[in-house]
Amino acid sequence: MRNVVIDATVRALQRAQTSLPDWVLQRIEAAARHETNSVARSHLEFMLKNVRIARETRLPLCQDTGLPIFHVEMGRDLLLDFDLREAVAEGVRIATEQIPLRPNVVDPLTRKNSGNNTGQGMPDIILEIVDGRGLCLTAFPKGAGSENMSIVGMLNPADDPFDFILKTVAERATNACPPLFLGIGLGGTFDLAARLAKRALFNMPGSSPMEMDLLRRVNALGIGPMGLGGDTTALGVKIERAFCHTASLPVAINFQCWAHRCATEVIF
Amino acid sequence: MLGAPVRHGGDLLTEHHLKTPLSFEDVQKLALGDVVFLSGRVYTARDKAHALMRQKGCPVSLEGAALYHCGPLIREGKVLSAGPTTSGRMARYTEEILRLGVRAIIGKGGVPGEPFRNRAVYLAFPGGCGAAAALQLNVTGVHLQELGMAESLWVFEAKSLGPMIVAIDTHGNDLYQEVRRSAIERTKI
Repeated sequence: MRNVVIDATVRALQRAQTSLPDWVLQRIEAAARHETNSVARSHLEFMLKNVRIARETRLPLCQDTGLPIFHVEMGRDLLLDFDLREAVAEGVRIATEQIPLRPNVVDPLTRKNSGNNTGQGMPDIILEIVDGRGLCLTAFPKGAGSENMSIVGMLNPADDPFDFILKTVAERATNACPPLFLGIGLGGTFDLAARLAKRALFNMPGSSPMEMDLLRRVNALGIGPMGLGGDTTALGVKIERAFCHTASLPVAINFQCWAHRCATEVIF
Repeated sequence: MLGAPVRHGGDLLTEHHLKTPLSFEDVQKLALGDVVFLSGRVYTARDKAHALMRQKGCPVSLEGAALYHCGPLIREGKVLSAGPTTSGRMARYTEEILRLGVRAIIGKGGVPGEPFRNRAVYLAFPGGCGAAAALQLNVTGVHLQELGMAESLWVFEAKSLGPMIVAIDTHGNDLYQEVRRSAIERTKI
């Protein structure tokens, strides 16, 4: 059973690194059709070409193959006789060699590279207990460009959280490889807001009136693909909420670049 | 009143095909929003290579060079994926790098434009497009390999590397800055 998890980890990473989910591709294609800025259009068309090349050559579509982040849904009735974390880490080491992936994982202080994309606390496994006895793993490799721009704001409850989001996007979007997917965590605590924002990216697409309105306002900023101007600044917004303290208003923005890489393997 | 959105290049983008080494005349004619395809030698450098060069000098001559902010994925001397990294992290080194004669910095996200005045241009390669870039690049050498794959100074031979957009010109005009300023203005309505 440990081997099944290792193999699924390698397969999920292979697919995530060399292709994009259909719904992501469809949004980029639609944006390329509607974009009126010629510089922006040339970028969007090249992004689509890049995805085709990656799929055909089975090579990573971005050289920043990211940090190994996984969302694992595990049935409450499932009993594992091995260390799940260790099995996923072994899958990451094999994928790094096989696909191959760029070794990105370093010690935060010495900056020494482990060489195999694992280390203390890495891979990051976000575990969720669900009904039943199934096991499902989603690889979500996250590049540094977009992660570096992400932020948690501890706002005053009197502040407008959408104002904060728009201002932050206006200042930071360029380096996060737009057109963006924005995972928004609203409420909770300092760290829960951040987790909600990441969960929002897992749970895309969003289409509530609040999400659509924020998407429209972000696109009205005119930042465009890679910050060079255009109609297409974001391709999706998803908001996840939790109740918070009456004196707090935590707001987290997890930026995701246009290459929203993720792939799910249902293990059993 | 809110101005029109920032727009350069018009409906038909002006294309340039350049070859390294680059002269000042080569880059002087480039305007914001123009498209560039670049052939010839291209050097990569990112965080650690820049820091090391500041201490110990550059292991290669950068006269007329194109410097690519890129940490490639390479296996057995073959480029597998090699898109741009965020240039902002290397902004603190722009002045000294341009003083070495670099005529074009390639990257994504830009750096402050002032040091480029009367010297060089900044070219934006589409971020995240590492697989497409790999088809346009061959490895011809490597320096500072002790820094690891992503941080080494790789020497590439480029075959029509592009499309790249001129985002900072030799007058110091900065497309990113224009776009960001306009975006921040738009949050105030």
